[in-house]
This record gives sequence, C-alpha cells and structure tokens, in this order.
Amino acid sequence: MRIEDKLYLIGYNIDEEESHLGVSDPEECKKCLGRPCTHICPAGVYSYDDEEGKLSINYDACVECGTCRIVCSYITWRYPRGGFGVQYKFG
Amino acid sequence: MRKNDFDVIIVGAGPAGLAAGYVLAKEGISVAIIERGIFPGSKNVMGGIFYRSSLDDLIPDFYKEAPIERHIVEQKIWLLSGDSMFSTGIKSEKYNAEPYNCFSIFRAKFDKWFAKKVADASAMIINETVVKDLILDGDRVIGVKTDRPNGDLYCDVVIAADGVNSFLTKSLGLRKKITTNNVALALKEIIELPDKVINDRFGVSGSSEGVTIEITGPYFDKMRAIGFVYTNRNSLSLGLGVVTEDMVKLKINPNDLLEEFKSHPAIKPLINGGETKEYMAHLIPEGGYYSMPKLYSNGFMVVGDAAMLVNSIHREGANLAIESGKFAARTYIEARKIGDFSQKTLSSYQKKLEESFVLRDLKTYKNLPKLLEEKQYLISKYPKFIIDAMYEMYNVDKVSKSEKIKLIMNRAKKELGYFNILKDVFSVWRDFR
Repeated sequence: MRIEDKLYLIGYNIDEEESHLGVSDPEECKKCLGRPCTHICPAGVYSYDDEEGKLSINYDACVECGTCRIVCSYITWRYPRGGFGVQYKFG
Repeated sequence: MRKNDFDVIIVGAGPAGLAAGYVLAKEGISVAIIERGIFPGSKNVMGGIFYRSSLDDLIPDFYKEAPIERHIVEQKIWLLSGDSMFSTGIKSEKYNAEPYNCFSIFRAKFDKWFAKKVADASAMIINETVVKDLILDGDRVIGVKTDRPNGDLYCDVVIAADGVNSFLTKSLGLRKKITTNNVALALKEIIELPDKVINDRFGVSGSSEGVTIEITGPYFDKMRAIGFVYTNRNSLSLGLGVVTEDMVKLKINPNDLLEEFKSHPAIKPLINGGETKEYMAHLIPEGGYYSMPKLYSNGFMVVGDAAMLVNSIHREGANLAIESGKFAARTYIEARKIGDFSQKTLSSYQKKLEESFVLRDLKTYKNLPKLLEEKQYLISKYPKFIIDAMYEMYNVDKVSKSEKIKLIMNRAKKELGYFNILKDVFSVWRDFR
C-alpha cells in the first residue's frame, strides 16, 4: 500500500491558517547530505525539489510523531494549535 | 498574593496524566488536565497491549466496563529470517481466567473512557489546548501558558505528562536533546478481519481471547527492531519499531519497510484478505534508565513517556506511566500537608519510583541499549543460527542426525566461534546480573 493511500485513512483537523512545521535555515537544506527528513518521515511530509533547490513541507499530513525534529536540528517543530492536527479513530 | 486556578495542573491526558488526575481528584484536590487533542486519546498511540494490574489498583475490575478488545491468552516470540520463522511462546489457561493479565486495546477509545472516569471523579479536563510554556517564579514552576486567549493558569505543582517529545521537561533543562539512539520510530496499521477468521488463524476458541506475537531475528539485519502482531476483536494491530538511528543510517523509508514486512511468508497469511483501516506512527522512548531526565524540580514533576519510562523488552509503557502518575499524585498530597512544593520535598517522587518495580525493572535492563548498540548481532546472528539449526534437524535428506549435529556444531564454531559465544554470554550475564 502506498503511503498516500494510508494517509487517506487518517482523520485530520487541518489548520488552514498556519503550518506548525518549518525550517530555520533553508540554506542548510541545500548543503545537507542525504536529507534524512525526506526518507524518515512516516507520513512523507518532506520532499526536496531539486529544481527549486528547496525543501517542501506538506504539513497537513503530519502525524506529530516528532521524528523529523530528532533527525534534524534545523527543523522547527511545535504542536499544531489546540484541537488541530491528527485525530486517530483507533490509536 | 496571586490566587491559584487549580492546585495541580497536569499537561497531557495519556495514562500517566489521567492516573495522576484520578488520584488527586479522588482526594478532593482541584486538578486540571490539559489535552491538546480534540478528546483524550485522539493523538495517542501504542502497540496495543495494556497490562491490567497498575490501573486495577485505581479502578478495581476496570476491564469489565472499559473498552478492551481481547484478553491475551497466548504470547508468542518469533525469530524471523527472510524465508523462515522459529516460534516459541506461552499459552496458559491461567491467562484465560479473571482477572486477566493483559488486553489488546485501542488508545483512542481506551483513553477516552479513562478520561471520563477521571472527569467523573471531578478533575477538569481541558481539551483542544496546547501548553506553550511554563510560568516560573525564580526557579519555581507556578503555572502554565496555554494557547488560549488569557490562557495563563496558576497552581502549586505542574505534572508534565506531555509524552516522549516533552517540551516542558526540556524547557526546564531537566533533559538533554533526545538523540536518534534513545527513541524508536514505531509504525502501526489496524487491519480489519472478521473475528471468526482471526479466531481460526490464531487458534483461539472465542472472540474475547487474544494472541500476541513479538518478532525479532535476522530478518531485521543491522537494525535494532521489533515487529509485532496483536489480535483485536475484529482487526489486527500490526507494526514495527526501529531505533531511529538505524533507520537514518540505513536510509530506510518506514512505510516501505512496513510493506515489505507485511509481505513476509510468515506474516502474509495472517493478514490475508484484511483491509487496512488506520495507519499511525509514534516515537517510543527506548533509551531506558540512563536516558531518563531529572524527574522533579521546584513545583514540577515528570511522568510517563515524558520521563522515558518504557520497558521495551517487555513491551511495558502504559502501566509504568500509570504507576508514575500515581506516585506523582501521592507526592503532591504529602507536599501539600507541609505546604512545601520545593524539589527537596518532591524528590520523594523519585524515591517512590526507585522502590517500585518501575525503576527496579528499568535498572535491570539499564545496560541493554548500550549492549545492543555495540552488539546488534546478538539479535540477528544467534537467532539466525537457531533458525538454521532447526531447519537442518527437521529437513530429512538421508543425512544422519548425528552427522547433522556435527555439521551444526561445526557451523557454530566457524560462524560464531566458541570463544565469541563465551564472550557474548559473559557480557550479557554481566549486564543483567
């Protein structure tokens, strides 16, 4: 099963106004070797656009595990605002 | 003088926070539990096995009314290689008798139920609210800043039950940055199947009887990983936990790994025809005893995953969380009697944990994370040897059994080395004695 299809199964209350994820220094992404955030995120939130030379962050798929902030100190990570974000049916 | 909004504010409505809230509310103490989800449990994830005894102390026979899936009657351990599986485990009628040892549960349902009990005991549960920061008076915690307008709340003591990512513990400097070595990234799917199919496949006679399978071995080569399959009433919880450092090092895409795992010849028949209903991910504190933060400060205590209280070998976490929540609550009750919430008084929280099975168990395994970091092969090489030897003994090819034993012993000598085996046995013995 593709990750895209699995993300469909998760309930989210998406915060349309603001992202809770970001990068403190986008220049560092250009230099980064391996870009662990792009393969380690279990929700595939991060991808690197080679043409634009920048990290794209699909924050509304985030399952709030916190793995990205542990593998990269340039990722700015906070919890979504109260009531927003992932909502599991089973958990 | 500023008036407190509550005597105690608990951040996070997981098992640790709810247990603390329950004990306090029952004593008539005014307590608020602040939860960032839309309801308690909506963001909570675990493998899915919940041990009874710690919660039973608080709510006797809770399992008769709580939303549980199955009580577990058989626990298996599988050693997996690419094409084989060696199985061992325990099934007992004693596990099939009340009060049960453990259950499979869904956290989104279970925590919601537990929170209702805590609210009925008169704790206030404040949902959809993020605690942004602690409010300090000098070095003493006196409240929390929330993301609500005019959302500052004051109290005697804050209990941080804010999970593995605990920003509050970090903001006080009680813990260092979590490293990729201290946490495992765990993934899980809920795979729906009719209960009768599950009963047949897992060999149980009723839809309330459950089975757990923990999976390790050479299949997870170069990874410190555990796989699991647990039976729920009409579904399976299937997942993997891998030490994050190993996932980064091997450049693994977690979902690819999970999909590959699901296609293994020993796993596939279990889930065949099932439909995935939910996918989730969570970090599990795997660092053990040495990764624990300082557990208290002036006006502050840390419980549950925030305190890294997980015994990953025995798959225990929620019960340790509940135990720690109880101890923190009792420590507050003692401190209140003398009106002193300084860290000197609150240090008895740590003492209570040390004297209980919680830290005794974590101490028993305190060297394990380091041992596996240095000797990952213990969970791949030896299980591989067992699988190969078993295969050899049962494979009838006209080679005599004595010849086969000789071959196996030769392979032990060549592949493992008698001296290396002795060294490994010694190092494991030394770490656990």
